[in-house]
Amino acid sequence: MKSILSKPSEGASGLTGMWRIKRPIMDTDKCNMCMLCWLYCPEGTITKRAGGKPRIVYEYCKGCGICAEVCPSKAIIMLRREKGAVDR
Amino acid sequence: MSSVLTIKDLTEEEFTLPGNAACPGCAAALSLRIALKVLGPKTIMIVPASCISVIQGYYPKTPCRVPVLNVAFASTAAAGSGAVAALELKGKSGVKVLCWAGDGGTADIGLQALSGAAERNENMIYVCYDNEAYMNTGTQRSGATPRAAFTTTTVTGKLERKKSVPEIMIAHRIPYVATACAAFPLDFASKLKRAESMPVRGLKYIHLLSPCPPGWRFPAEKTVEVGKLAVMTGMWILYEWYDGGYNLTGPSKALLEKSRRRPLKDYLSIQGRFGHLKEEDLESLQRDVDEHWEEFSKKLGIRA
Ligand SMILES: Cc1ncc(C[n+]2csc(CCOP(=O)(O)OP(=O)(O)O)c2C)c(N)n1
Ligand code: SF4
Ligand code: SF4
Ligand code: SF4
Ligand SMILES: [Mg+2]
Repeated sequence: MKSILSKPSEGASGLTGMWRIKRPIMDTDKCNMCMLCWLYCPEGTITKRAGGKPRIVYEYCKGCGICAEVCPSKAIIMLRREKGAVDR
Repeated sequence: MSSVLTIKDLTEEEFTLPGNAACPGCAAALSLRIALKVLGPKTIMIVPASCISVIQGYYPKTPCRVPVLNVAFASTAAAGSGAVAALELKGKSGVKVLCWAGDGGTADIGLQALSGAAERNENMIYVCYDNEAYMNTGTQRSGATPRAAFTTTTVTGKLERKKSVPEIMIAHRIPYVATACAAFPLDFASKLKRAESMPVRGLKYIHLLSPCPPGWRFPAEKTVEVGKLAVMTGMWILYEWYDGGYNLTGPSKALLEKSRRRPLKDYLSIQGRFGHLKEEDLESLQRDVDEHWEEFSKKLGIRA
């Protein structure tokens, strides 16, 4: 019997970073590595880089702004993209 | 709760891959991400029609790195029971069955299958992520929609009260019942950990409040704040029930005294779905919360 199975893959619904209206920008100097942004990001688009500081994966980050809200050090700001510009 | 997990206890490995169909700020997507970190790759998910069935993706790609069985709306717990039986027949141990259904799929259409599975005490975990309406089809009211909330089928506010599925599950005397809230992911993770590591076989049920930006009408970045306020105002109580007794968990532990709770208005006023309420409606809903706590406090410390 032939079976049809979906395969696990990033971007199952495309490059969801294209949905973004605001872009989270992280100031790693202010970051205390608490990893709350990583914990709360619904997308899993915050990863840990070598040295322990978080990094945002912009291909898929939807720009929800949760990371900026939960950051206790105010190390993340949300920057609105310019009209007509595509934020990748 | 004996052990509360910390951020460091959660694996960095992701089992829901980025780039899925969830709305920005979706608490259900956040919670599923956390849940699979706790349960790990040896998990089979059973998902009925819901937002998660959309998030879980269309052929040929899925964000889920565990097997997912997509089933008809009413049948989550029945399909989960079947998966448990199949695993047993094949002699496969160590594989967890996780039923993951919405409030419509749990409190309404899936309740019969869930009650049957609870009565048979099937060996699986059932999480109801409760966004308090049928969100995937455009915000129709469910049995779990709270009183007074706007939905597209309760345009002047729902008249009836929220149905308590966790209390219904406690009445089945299964080994473990808990409530959780997506804004407290470590509390939720700890409860899942307890549910999966209980030596006793049987159904473990977690009812997870899951704020939904488009359905509750608040901006996506406020998901965590809204969820926290649900708990801090006492609108949503975090507890566990096992061995015949209740325990408050997380911030709810400190909220038995009314003066410690935030005014309910703080929670309602930041959501568009309660935007039509007048002062007297707010007072009436506040009385509901106070009465609920009074009723609830009587159950604490009672070991049946
Ligand atoms: C028998 C049946 N009736 C109706 C539907 C249409 N339907 C699909 S998802 C859904 C809403 C599910 O609501 P809920 O369980 O609360 O999950 P949510 O979408 O809120 O995540 C409905 C009504 C269906 N798929 N099957
Ligand atoms: S929440 Fe803020 S301080 Fe904490 S790790 Fe993220 S960026 Fe750094
Ligand atoms: S904006 Fe939202 S999706 Fe993007 S990194 Fe922050 S929390 Fe994740
Ligand atoms: S409608 Fe609500 S629950 Fe459904 S995907 Fe969007 S935010 Fe999540
Ligand atoms: Mg729902």
